[in-house]
Amino acid sequence: MDHAPTASPPTLAVADLCLWRGERCLVDGLGFRVAAGEALWLRGANGVGKTSLLRVLAGLVRPERGAIAWRGRDPWLHAAEFRAELLFVGHLDALKRALSARENLAVDGALRGSVSAAAVEVALAALGVAAVADLPVAQLSAGQRRRVALARLALSRAALWLLDEPTTNLDADGQGAVASLVAAHLAGGGLAVIASHLPLQLGAAQHELELAPLRARAA
Amino acid sequence: MNALVAVARRDLLVAVRRAGEAVTPLLFFVVVTTLVPLGLEPRPELLAEVAPGMLWVGALLAALLGLERLFAADHEDGTLEQLLLVPTPLALAVLGKVATHWLVTGLPLVLVAPLCAELLALPHAALPALVVGLLLGTPTLALLGALGAALTVSARRSALLLPLLVLPLAVPLLIFGARAVALAASGADPLGPLLLVASLGLFTLSLAPLAIAAALRIALE
Repeated sequence: MDHAPTASPPTLAVADLCLWRGERCLVDGLGFRVAAGEALWLRGANGVGKTSLLRVLAGLVRPERGAIAWRGRDPWLHAAEFRAELLFVGHLDALKRALSARENLAVDGALRGSVSAAAVEVALAALGVAAVADLPVAQLSAGQRRRVALARLALSRAALWLLDEPTTNLDADGQGAVASLVAAHLAGGGLAVIASHLPLQLGAAQHELELAPLRARAA
Repeated sequence: MNALVAVARRDLLVAVRRAGEAVTPLLFFVVVTTLVPLGLEPRPELLAEVAPGMLWVGALLAALLGLERLFAADHEDGTLEQLLLVPTPLALAVLGKVATHWLVTGLPLVLVAPLCAELLALPHAALPALVVGLLLGTPTLALLGALGAALTVSARRSALLLPLLVLPLAVPLLIFGARAVALAASGADPLGPLLLVASLGLFTLSLAPLAIAAALRIALE
């Protein structure tokens, strides 16, 4: 399940995107392009639509209007291929509280092909949670749970990472670990779209997109 | 197939760690069927007559207990969202979840049903029809219930809404299932109603996973 052998290079292009949430228009006429090796940092105040935008990019929600293209193709029409190349880490940790970190990651790996036990160990160690990997996740602190959820980054072979507030609850050390994982991903030709209040230290590969409340932008 | 097995294994592991939740439907079934002789006159002929219906009604209601948590728990912790983003078809993962749910809550009902039938003085000749009927019918109930659970996953008070959605769909199952037991109890051949229960099961099995998957995608939008 390496990067699929499609003709066009991995790019994520968004044009004229319009998002509604309930009765509110969050985003209108949004367009951007992320190429291989680049990260897009989504900024903006709470409630401005960062999470909604990421969920649209992941294909969980259809946009009101506008086009999204992954490798030049509509991800809704080629959903299976798109999902095989996608890693989405939402603001929920997506961990079963009754299971240990190791069991959670093993299930996650099994759902996306196969992941070796050794790879799980490496991923747990990369996020510094190897010592608590056998405790039920319910017994871990919020920061430790976030680290376990983010160990998916170290396991992932997906080309496109969509991360929603990845550094929530993380200490400086944890934020550094995430930044280095993202940097390695970009260096390997991957793409990332990251919604966050805090910048990840990614250097020149990082572009910025500030979402502003719609009314303020129109003014 | 990977997704089906992975999801089934995870749910089984969670169920084992929280055995208390899985026992509730079984307990409910046993309590209901033991209360019936106390509420009615304890005459064996009377009990034997109401036994087929009571056993099936008890199994039906027990199978719906706790179903509203089937997808809601995954929705709350974010694992459902991840399941929607897996490259393999969502219907397979759904099938894994429902199969595990049946294994944990439905199969014990089938196994304990002969004991409850004994309490209701059901003739022994009707036991095979009861067990086979429930063996065919409880997976169907689990699938129908899962459809209700998927439709109400983001609704408040889904515990109330779910039986209202599912019970009408389960009525044919109740009629044919109970009829098979009654026929066998009176010495007749129960094959006809049992085949109808089986065909309802196959019909549900072929369509419900797709409908559940579609309902989940809409619910999470």
